[in-house]
Amino acid sequence: MRIAISAADAAALIPDGASVMIGGFMGVGSPDRIIDALVARRVRGLTVIGNDTAFPGVGIGKLIDAGCVSQLKVSHIGTNPQTQKKMIAGEIEIDLIPQGTLAERIRAGGNGLGGILTPTGVGTVVEKGKRIIEVEGRAFLLELPLRADFALIRSRESDYNCNLTYRLTAMNFNPLMAFAADCVIAEPDEIVPVGVIPPDAVRTPGILVHHLVERPR
Amino acid sequence: MDAKELIARRVALELHDRTLVNLGIGLPTLVSRYVPHGITVAFQSENGIIGFGAPPPNGMEDPHLTDAGGGYISALPGAASFDSSTSFALIRGGHLDMTVLGGLQVDAAGHLANWMVPGKLVPGMGGAMDLVVGAKRVIVAMQHAAKGQPKIVATLTLPPTAIRRVSLIVTEMAVIEPTPEGLLLRERAPGVSVEDIIAQTGADLLIIGEVPEMPIAIPNEDAA
Repeated sequence: MRIAISAADAAALIPDGASVMIGGFMGVGSPDRIIDALVARRVRGLTVIGNDTAFPGVGIGKLIDAGCVSQLKVSHIGTNPQTQKKMIAGEIEIDLIPQGTLAERIRAGGNGLGGILTPTGVGTVVEKGKRIIEVEGRAFLLELPLRADFALIRSRESDYNCNLTYRLTAMNFNPLMAFAADCVIAEPDEIVPVGVIPPDAVRTPGILVHHLVERPR
Repeated sequence: MDAKELIARRVALELHDRTLVNLGIGLPTLVSRYVPHGITVAFQSENGIIGFGAPPPNGMEDPHLTDAGGGYISALPGAASFDSSTSFALIRGGHLDMTVLGGLQVDAAGHLANWMVPGKLVPGMGGAMDLVVGAKRVIVAMQHAAKGQPKIVATLTLPPTAIRRVSLIVTEMAVIEPTPEGLLLRERAPGVSVEDIIAQTGADLLIIGEVPEMPIAIPNEDAA
């Protein structure tokens, strides 16, 4: 059994300048309480790896609004004008990555792979600076693994051993990121006794989780 | 009928029974309203679901169940949810029968540009590059011209989304099929002449014989 910590204590583990993977898709499935605590502690210079920056005031968008982020590795920023403004002003450096490639680079990072070969991006600006490898007559880009110092995971349930479940489209990048960081912090909606989650329903084995954020009070 | 509705109703006739289809954000989403009767299509959303339906009644939305645009949806009986790697395995791995995407430009080679306008609009490609590379059929649903400028051009001036030749272009004026020989004009919209289409198109069109008028689907009250 592990001890759950507060969202503020979780945010205090993350130093300025850290690289952080944050689950979520347009804010759905993002760890909102940890994000709020990071904003409150005025963290600076984060490199954030996630699908998108949602909207102003939503999910990762809150970190953008509060000036916590200096680098982004995301697939999409079109829904957040603040992100675009800060990119143009030179406050945030942005690396745009095709969504499927982002998922597979994170998976590679968490799975001990040296990268992945994908046809996505061949013949586009995405191939710039990358190795093109021909396999059975077809061109693929070598995309390198992605890892981070921290992964911030939103789950539906956790048991006392940090076994995690997810809900519907709030799953998205969360289970992939749980493999790909040196320190994994999970923020569940509910914490349940061991045995409540059937083994078949566990999507992220608790052994991957370093810290669990206590349930909202 | 406005241009977008006409396009959506023509694209809907490209849907086939028991197929997996991904609709892009915006105009392509309208296609789900015109699924022909007797056809069952499973819609995928790249944020991780197959089998979603219309938004639930007010007050019954689930904040953990949205489409790729962040809008509330419902899950139909038999729906499946999954992570982003699985979602793009479906897309890139050849399991997606069709995608319908918006377009900024398509050129004579059938190459699509739909993700950025340098210096003006840099939203990011999201899932578009994977969809164009991976879907079995790629249908571009877009208005024929923008601000008087043709969107179907000889050579892309915008950065391409992929170098794969798209399967079909549907606009409010015409249905055009990119082929190895060039852009084949397949159909014209009701009341639109071949000459009108040529005048509004920035690339050469292949015209073989009489060009028929495009059929369109009727609204489906049962559809999402």
